[in-house]
Amino acid sequence: MSSVEIHSVVCEELNNIAPEVDMQSVNPSADLREALDIDSMDFLNFITAIHRRLGVDIPELDYPKLITLDGAITYLQKKLGGGNKG
Amino acid sequence: MTAFRMPSLGADMETGTLVEWLVKPGDRVKHGDIVAVVETQKGAIEIEIFQTGLIEQILVGTGAKVPVGTSLANVLSDEEAKAGTAAAVVPEAGAPPFAAIAVPRRSVGPPPPPIVVPPGAEGRMRVSPAARRFAQRLGIDLAAITGTGPASAIIRADVERIQAEAMPPKPKAAIGLNLDAMREAIAAAMARSKREIPHYYLQHDVDVTLCEEWLARTNAARPPDSRLLLGALVIKGVALATRRFPAFNGFYREGKFEPAAVIHVGVAIAIRGGGLAAPAIHNVDRLSLDDLMVRMRDLVQRTRAGRIRGSEIADTTITVSSLGERGVESLYGVIYPPQVAIVGVGKATSRPRVVDGHVAVRSIVTVTLSADHRASDGHAGALFLANIGKLLQEPEKL
Amino acid sequence: MLQATRQSGITETTYREAVREAIRDALKRDDRVFLMGEDVGRYGGCYAVSKGLLAEFGSERIRDTPLSESGFTGAGIGAAMGGMRPIVEVMTVNFSLLALDQILNSAATIRHMSGNQFGVPLVIRMATGAGRQLAAQHSHSLEGWYAHIPGIRVLAPATVEDARGMLWTALQDPDPVLIFENVMLYNMTGTLVADAGPVDIAKAAVRRTGSDISLITYGGSLWKTLEAATQLAAENINAEVIDLRSLRPLDDATIMASVNKTRRAVIVDEGWRSGSLAAEIGMRIVEQAFWEMDAPVGRVCGEEVPIPYPSHLERAAIPNAAKIVAAAKAALGRD
Repeated sequence: MSSVEIHSVVCEELNNIAPEVDMQSVNPSADLREALDIDSMDFLNFITAIHRRLGVDIPELDYPKLITLDGAITYLQKKLGGGNKG
Repeated sequence: MTAFRMPSLGADMETGTLVEWLVKPGDRVKHGDIVAVVETQKGAIEIEIFQTGLIEQILVGTGAKVPVGTSLANVLSDEEAKAGTAAAVVPEAGAPPFAAIAVPRRSVGPPPPPIVVPPGAEGRMRVSPAARRFAQRLGIDLAAITGTGPASAIIRADVERIQAEAMPPKPKAAIGLNLDAMREAIAAAMARSKREIPHYYLQHDVDVTLCEEWLARTNAARPPDSRLLLGALVIKGVALATRRFPAFNGFYREGKFEPAAVIHVGVAIAIRGGGLAAPAIHNVDRLSLDDLMVRMRDLVQRTRAGRIRGSEIADTTITVSSLGERGVESLYGVIYPPQVAIVGVGKATSRPRVVDGHVAVRSIVTVTLSADHRASDGHAGALFLANIGKLLQEPEKL
Repeated sequence: MLQATRQSGITETTYREAVREAIRDALKRDDRVFLMGEDVGRYGGCYAVSKGLLAEFGSERIRDTPLSESGFTGAGIGAAMGGMRPIVEVMTVNFSLLALDQILNSAATIRHMSGNQFGVPLVIRMATGAGRQLAAQHSHSLEGWYAHIPGIRVLAPATVEDARGMLWTALQDPDPVLIFENVMLYNMTGTLVADAGPVDIAKAAVRRTGSDISLITYGGSLWKTLEAATQLAAENINAEVIDLRSLRPLDDATIMASVNKTRRAVIVDEGWRSGSLAAEIGMRIVEQAFWEMDAPVGRVCGEEVPIPYPSHLERAAIPNAAKIVAAAKAALGRD
């Protein structure tokens, strides 16, 4: 899966949580919780949605790696691209 | 007969806008009844009447902005109401003598036809008073409505139908909540709370290190959709403590506290774009943590989408407010009337604590209680908060 | 003061018997009470209401009077001012006009004229209404005229329970009370609890609840109105029926609460339309509930003719269920 596709899935799921936010205008290195005004429940819902759509398992310990848009895409790309998708 | 006037709700108040009447002509009122809602610079305020008797006439309609001291309604005392408004014997000025008496040819006039709606003036639509006023309030254009009343007049039901038809497409774009109305409701409820409820406040720092460790272990083995959050543990802890301390669970109504038989915990949820709702999760004390977590996720998602159920709003017995991990260390809630307590949960922070004689870094959450002093006292409040803290030391038992 | 003996159980009785029982009860409770009027004694009352009372209570307390309404009504006023609690029976409301001077210029005004030194605790009962082929001198409904007069209370019992209960409450009033008994109700049967007693006389009663239209009536028209409401229900129109019970003072609160809910009103009044009690009620609705209305207020009144003698014309001259149904549907924009 390309980084563009991952980017689009991430943005779509974040928009489901924060529908009024224009994802194009979000600074890719900003803390998503600040930029999107989301709380731990929202973030858990985001992780759940990503897990469901991409089949990527994200343990709690990895949460800090996903708190920026760039970080999330890099993390997911690594998980998905690492040869074995399972 | 006495006048019920626009009250002064502060030295700086010059005018008030009558937002809503809670009484109508013919209603009995007594000293202290809330009879109207008035919008001031400070927000919507429910105003009380200090007369006892019968509302005879409403003098100022909703939407009108009037100076302080303006008569809003006439109130009859009980004696006057009993005597009937027409009972006063007032001699009329002498009627002028008849100049001429026209003698009809027949003693029996033709009977007027039954209910004839007079033709409307040229170019004027036929609209019932109720429909006209309702449409004006909603800002609906009457020209677009087909009337189904007598002589095809537009009646209130026609306006309601148009309103219902016009409604659905609108909320689809954004959220299904009317944030302005919600703001008004929050303003009215919070103003009433602070006016009526003598709050007292307590604070207790709770070490949640064990909870966090237990959560990390539990969640590590779970997929994201069944992971738990600290918030669920705290809400369960509050519910279990409430079971032991019923003075914080229930309603204060008509001068007395009514304990609730069930524990329906209201969860304060911030609405994106502003606003707040505190829908309830029912029977929290009897839910497993997993079930509670499922309910919380469902509730948060539905609330933010504007789909709260009436029962979730109406029957909350105690509220928990948490600002989450991006919030502040402590918050003191304002009790939502007629409830008698709200528990505030701050964010977890790492703080030095003395554990077994050594200073250690622990994760601490400040839990607060705002409670209604009419229903409980500080001693019970302190035991209640302490009990919540104790329950959170054994997360596996929650 | 209330019932000396209380028994349980429900009995079926007629309106006539209920009025008689009310008079008997009042005579027993208070020895200041006496009944007088034309033919109330030996004949047992023109409508047989007081039958048997002469034998039971004697001629001191059940007094036959000469055919002089002005005279015996005036005597009743004097007795009331002197400390008695008279019940004066006037054969029909038409004849009461002979006593109108006494009722208006004396009974209703003495408290006012004497600076509250004297009151007239008098009850005047009279028959009213058409339907028994008694022609134009006996059949009119003039209670609306009396409801115009400040200083008196005007009642119209429409049910057996009110026929039984209103009299005693009226006798407790320090001022004159007129009770109008519709002639078509005397034979009506209804149920009464065995310990039925005094009832409130200040409030109107909602006899049937509904959401689409308020039908406001009193006295003999109540039953026609309830029949109309049943017919309307078959056409999916849910009518609320209000029995005024007291014609003066009017219970505006009950009327307005109903009209504010239904947004439509039809008033049913056997009196003539022009200057009628129905006109007064309609105007009060306009004054107090105009902004809540969805239709003009409707009226079903007596035709503006002297009540005819022939049965079919008599029936045509007064309200009936069909007329009430038509007026209700007009207010709803149906048909």
